[in-house]
Amino acid sequence: MSALRLKKGLSKHSAYDLRDPNAEVIESHTLAVIVDNEAGVLARVIGLFSGRGYNIESLTVAEVDHLGHLSRITIVTKGTPQVIEQIKAQLGRIVPVHEVHDLTVEGPSVERELALFKVAGQGDKRIEALRLAEIFRANVVDSTLESFVFEMTGMPQKIDAFADLMRPLGLIEVARTGVAALARGT
Amino acid sequence: MTKSMTGARMVVEALRDQGVEVVFGYPGGAVLPIYDEIFQQNEIRHILVRHEQAAVHAAEGYARSTGKPGVVLVTSGPGATNAVTGLTDALMDSIPIVVLTGQVPTFMIGTDAFQEADTVGITRPCTKHNWLVKDTDRLSETIHKAFHVATTGRPGPVLIDIPKDVQFASGSYTDPRRSEMGHYKPQVKGDIEMITRLVEAMEQARRPIFYTGGGVINSGDAATQLLHELVEATGFPITSTLMGLGAYPASGDKWLGMLGMHGLYEANLAMHGCDLMINLGARFDDRITGRLADFSPNSMKAHVDIDPSSINKVIHVDLPILGDIAHVLEDLLRIWKSRGRKVNRDGLAKWWAKIEDWKKVDCLAYAPSSKTIKPQYALQRLQALTKDHDRYITTEVGQHQMWAAQFLHFDAPKRWMTSGGLGTMGYGFPASIGVQMAHRDALVINVAGEASWLMNMQEMGTAMQFNLPVKQFILNNERLGMVRQWQELLHGERYSHSWSESLPDFVKLAEAFGAKGIQCHDPADLDDAIMEMINHDGPVIFDCLVEKHENCFPMIPSGAPHNEMLLGGADTQDAIGAKGAVMV
Repeated sequence: MSALRLKKGLSKHSAYDLRDPNAEVIESHTLAVIVDNEAGVLARVIGLFSGRGYNIESLTVAEVDHLGHLSRITIVTKGTPQVIEQIKAQLGRIVPVHEVHDLTVEGPSVERELALFKVAGQGDKRIEALRLAEIFRANVVDSTLESFVFEMTGMPQKIDAFADLMRPLGLIEVARTGVAALARGT
Repeated sequence: MTKSMTGARMVVEALRDQGVEVVFGYPGGAVLPIYDEIFQQNEIRHILVRHEQAAVHAAEGYARSTGKPGVVLVTSGPGATNAVTGLTDALMDSIPIVVLTGQVPTFMIGTDAFQEADTVGITRPCTKHNWLVKDTDRLSETIHKAFHVATTGRPGPVLIDIPKDVQFASGSYTDPRRSEMGHYKPQVKGDIEMITRLVEAMEQARRPIFYTGGGVINSGDAATQLLHELVEATGFPITSTLMGLGAYPASGDKWLGMLGMHGLYEANLAMHGCDLMINLGARFDDRITGRLADFSPNSMKAHVDIDPSSINKVIHVDLPILGDIAHVLEDLLRIWKSRGRKVNRDGLAKWWAKIEDWKKVDCLAYAPSSKTIKPQYALQRLQALTKDHDRYITTEVGQHQMWAAQFLHFDAPKRWMTSGGLGTMGYGFPASIGVQMAHRDALVINVAGEASWLMNMQEMGTAMQFNLPVKQFILNNERLGMVRQWQELLHGERYSHSWSESLPDFVKLAEAFGAKGIQCHDPADLDDAIMEMINHDGPVIFDCLVEKHENCFPMIPSGAPHNEMLLGGADTQDAIGAKGAVMV
């Protein structure tokens, strides 16, 4: 038997290196997933992301069609184009999943998030917080002599920016809903 | 005109309406009402296994050798958790299995009741889909839907968790024709434009190859017939994964043998050097591709698969075709014929000449011995002495499994049952029981290693009780052979815990169960001993004492591409680099 001459020590990658060297760009995509509103369906979706090592940046879920028992899950995820495609294919494979839409590539879409901010402070800081809230079109939904709760709706970036501004003015608590998104037009 | 009955009765009724003949199971508190119904009927045969894991593997063997779904019935808690390995095995290898588990009554769920486990939670990632049925009125419809999901699209295991109060309560039975199947409907017809592009590529290709997988067998007998017709008509060479063996006959002259980590030299080099790769129902598994960056670098790749998530998962393909293999092959053949049955004859002739050169390497050659039985020799003799029988082979996992894939030849699908994706030691023995249940008069042989075999040896009781004459052909090297081989290649010959100490006397073990035991250590006695095994009407444990330090070749070292194979006798020291060593 003729033995092959083996080039030793040349292994640059293990066979588990799944990265496509041509597509290392990490993209953020917003996915809308229409699912049967049944027990465990959210666990299936989340389990897919954790089990296969995908990222979840944001996730919202609620029933959107009571008669049809359908819920809409909006997921913001990050990955290479190949990983994004794989996420969509894997989601589509889940039996109670009806539709998977990639709003990032399917055309223009609107994204909104709702956030509540509790800001505590007195004197100038309190006045400044209220002034900034007006600029950002945030509503005051609760007020005491020492605190405000602001409600704001907008793109996640706008909410981030408002949180950054509130932090030195006494921001003590934030609650965010995560992104809800719809395609524009009909 | 719905019939009213208890949930337990409904289970039996639904199984009967689904055409189920055999159920593999183990009773327990939470499934007693269903077992009571099984007791009161004679149409569905219940096979009592000795461990729930074995029930699922037996159902897998039944399913893979018949093309029908395998059915399992186990109790809550430990019954369900013991089934998890089998479920994962079936998921990885796309085997249709329906598992029914008992559950504590609905009003006790969440209280940490006796033998309670979150079965749907535990099995969610290892089933294609699962259900917890809380309402008896929904039970029969759910069972029918479960069979639909398990057997359509890419097949897989499903599980239905049935609380005990749901089994006792009465409800209305829905028969399969009236059952709502929901929106689950996989696409089976391939895109005609893509198929036409593949035909164009086939007409031009100078170095084409068919790379087929378990999907061809799962697609059904029509798919294997169409594949055969296509290969013969085009004259293209064909290789297959471990899972796809038998889809194209090993005796066919276009057959290159299995590819992959322990695949044949000619198959792997043909994959590396081809200019058109036609993947039919295979999934570019890491055992197949080796180093991804160097996988078949100069080929156009087409991939036909029913599962969209299999396409472009690890290897980017040029021609993705989503659909069922039989449907796609039918369209492919029709279009190719209508365009004049063209192939690149000059290119093909040169390609085959190259392949013939590779075949001359004789990659399966090994050093023969007249003193000890070489495992390869044992399998060559097993092949020679059983090839004319109505034969089914199951295997455990390890070196013996790879040698069996190399040295046993399959001319028909559904004759070869092995744990491919999960690599489950302990699969083969219970699988052989499931196969024998489906084919009572066939010769069913489990090619095993002694370590794998011991993992589910309790099933000797099942084989004896149900008079299943399964032959346990154990290649006994007193080692975890594949682990030992990797320790030799990767870990400085430090054989950490890879030998089997305190092995039983397998002949006495067989006799303790009331079965026949045969031991053989001399190559000169091997043929007679194998004939004795074949001719014995009953279960046999064949303890074949083989060479202890034989390595399995050829081998693509971890992290290496296809053209860097190790053949037997090569200097294997430091053959696998540090990066490769990270892999399994």
